[in-house]
Amino acid sequence: MKNLDSVFAAYVAVWAIFFVYQFTVSRRLARLQSEVERLKGAEKR
Amino acid sequence: MATLSASTPAHAGALRPSNGANLLETVLVALLLGFAGYCALFVAPTEKTMGVIQRIFYFHVPSWWSAFIAFAIVLVANVAYLRGRNPKWDWLGVSAAEVGVAFVTVGLVTGPIWAHPVWRIWWTWDARLTSAFVLWVLYVSFLLLRTLIEEPERRAVVSAVFGIFAAVDIPLVYFSIWFFRTQHPQPVIGDGGSLDPSMGKVLLLCWAAMLGILVVMVRQRYRVERLRWDVDRLRLEASQSNSESGR
Repeated sequence: MKNLDSVFAAYVAVWAIFFVYQFTVSRRLARLQSEVERLKGAEKR
Repeated sequence: MATLSASTPAHAGALRPSNGANLLETVLVALLLGFAGYCALFVAPTEKTMGVIQRIFYFHVPSWWSAFIAFAIVLVANVAYLRGRNPKWDWLGVSAAEVGVAFVTVGLVTGPIWAHPVWRIWWTWDARLTSAFVLWVLYVSFLLLRTLIEEPERRAVVSAVFGIFAAVDIPLVYFSIWFFRTQHPQPVIGDGGSLDPSMGKVLLLCWAAMLGILVVMVRQRYRVERLRWDVDRLRLEASQSNSESGR
């Protein structure tokens, strides 16, 4: 089928963009959650 | 000088689902996306003129519609922030702006992949494509601007004003194909549209999947802002208690 490679490239691009973005958000979330835990721990001490 | 209040604003957890609800929501959206992808590739009929390349349309068009929804949320949040100065609106605004930029990036990447085999060029500076690119630049600038201002309230005010200004480009992008002669295809749905009903159903299904992604991503990004607020508040409390014990 003509241009199937372009369709495949577009679908991979869609998934890659969303995956990379979601990965960066998850990393920020994890970093902030651990920072909150650390500060709450320091507050209790 | 920081003006951060030590108290959490009202309704700060309004967009805060439990972990179980989060997981269920993500699984449902993933299933919907998988089904929409299957329908776009295998269920929708092949377009007569363009052939299989037209199937890019099922994710290209909904990504733009979803980006417009995200930027409309930014506009509402920015106006609401300027009216009430409640930080939750600022959090919602920046969350929707960042997710909107991700959707516009999808649109700007999938468009040229479709255009190259059909137009024989990757890109042209016509009214639709230029205004779409400007939209991406405006909201990336909105996000960069926020990194330059440290004081939370001033950052929120400046970015809200900039966000309202950036929203002017949304109708320009949308209506540019009516106002100008463009290389970009004319609308295929609505007045004068010629989209096959079975293609229209798949298109709506793909848009529903994209809206699902939008909701999940905005909620998660909002949690980042809320946690950032918590970190700032805890740091402020720690510095206050340190200065009190030092006296």
